[in-house]
Amino acid sequence: MEQMSPLSRRRLLRAFAATGAAALFRPQLASSQQARVLSKPIPSTGEELPAVGLGSWITFNVGNDTIARDACAQVMRAFFDSGGRLIDSSPMYGSSQKVIGYGLTKLNRPPSLFSADKVWISSGVRGPDQIEASRRFWGVPRFDLLQVHNLLSWEEHLRTLLAMKAAGRLRYVGITTSEGRRHGEVERIMRAQPLDFVQVTYNILDRQVEDRILPLAQDRGIGVIVNRPFREGELLRKIERHPLPGWAAEIGCASWAQIILKFIVSHPAVTCAIPATTRVDHVRENMAAATGVPPDEAMRARMIARVEKL
Amino acid sequence: MSEWWTYSLSDFLLFSPRTYYRLFELYNLAVWPWHVLAIVLGLAVLVFWLRGGAWQSRTVAVILATCWLFVAWAYLVARYDTINWAASYFAVGYAVEALLLVWTGLIRNCLSLRPGRDVAGAVGLCIFVLALFVWPLLGRLLGRPWLQTEIFGIAPDPTVVATLGVLIAADRMHWELLVVPLLWCAISGATLWAMQSPDALLAPAAALLALVLACWKTLSRLRQASPG
Repeated sequence: MEQMSPLSRRRLLRAFAATGAAALFRPQLASSQQARVLSKPIPSTGEELPAVGLGSWITFNVGNDTIARDACAQVMRAFFDSGGRLIDSSPMYGSSQKVIGYGLTKLNRPPSLFSADKVWISSGVRGPDQIEASRRFWGVPRFDLLQVHNLLSWEEHLRTLLAMKAAGRLRYVGITTSEGRRHGEVERIMRAQPLDFVQVTYNILDRQVEDRILPLAQDRGIGVIVNRPFREGELLRKIERHPLPGWAAEIGCASWAQIILKFIVSHPAVTCAIPATTRVDHVRENMAAATGVPPDEAMRARMIARVEKL
Repeated sequence: MSEWWTYSLSDFLLFSPRTYYRLFELYNLAVWPWHVLAIVLGLAVLVFWLRGGAWQSRTVAVILATCWLFVAWAYLVARYDTINWAASYFAVGYAVEALLLVWTGLIRNCLSLRPGRDVAGAVGLCIFVLALFVWPLLGRLLGRPWLQTEIFGIAPDPTVVATLGVLIAADRMHWELLVVPLLWCAISGATLWAMQSPDALLAPAAALLALVLACWKTLSRLRQASPG
């Protein structure tokens, strides 16, 4: 596993300390709206971003079902109330963008929103039209972050996104991949292009990115967004039947979900993890994972050893 | 798609089982009482199947084509498309199948059914009856509410499986008519399998049975046609 540099470690500890000592050993407090959430700087600008965001893959694709849309809006409300900012979506996710737009309207467009979407179309020429359609679905004046989804036609789309950023119509640019695919190409793009963010899969069992992607992101000053922190729930289903380890309380974790998330966001290269959920209690639980004590290197090793044994 | 071997079926699933079945619930509420007409149409196919007559092929083809078009528009385009961007492509396939049914059964009058003619005819009739009468009960038997029931002429799977029953029972095999139903059974089966639905294999099983019987019928016909 990649070792954290003393500097970044110190910075991380400072950031966690700033989230409030009151949350120490008291995860129930961390789940309340008062608990301050760990924020991390976006490397390219220094803008602070809460370390836990909200994904929308599958969970927000509920079509025109008003009851389900309202439930998603409640999840978004709990997310913002808990200090969350970044919501991530994609044109690939069915109705998720429209459902996010519906939720934002219901919540009177929270000003703290950090809107992260993607461009996902094989034609580079049609990229701007898709981006504009996505923007209208969200109902935002402009996106904070646009990413090239799964590197699809990345050269053409990246040109578009960088031009949008230069024109002031976009704040950040990124690329995404998932489940360890095409890491070689991701690395090459990270080295050659002026990216603000890279989005990858990383969790306590899928740690492939620790070898090269995460150190490279630190070297190049690229923020890292982590998708599939729970392997779409499969990881939690596997481990949740086991009792929490005794050391969970030491790092302020009251659930396995918090242990998994805290492991991810405690990596100094990670800017934000984006778990998706349909439940208000889960979004609060997820946000609470970004409060309290960060696991140190020894604790991270214990966390890995424990989960790998389950 | 690069590194295709790293993808699993669940990577292509865009929605949760809850959303998928809730869609049927909302759809059933929206199109009620068309279910009554759909069942009457299904019974009409059965009556024409058993009684025969000069209008059998035309009537059966028009009824099936109407059901395919209705499902294409009311379900695939108007509802399923809201959670699955591929649904509009599926709808095109359904429309093609409807056109082929009209061409074969109505215009060419080539979709004649005779009960008890051979094994394929008997199995085809059983599949049709299963799709018409048993399919609506499946969801309830598996613990889903009545409102989420899937009915011939309204929902895709029972409509497709019923059509397979008709096609393998027909006097002549029309392979061009089998393509879309077989593909749909594979797609639907894969979707339900990814959602870990216990009934995931039903439509693919019906498709496999239809495929085997279609091959058997075609080979039998070729054997009969060959000299000596």
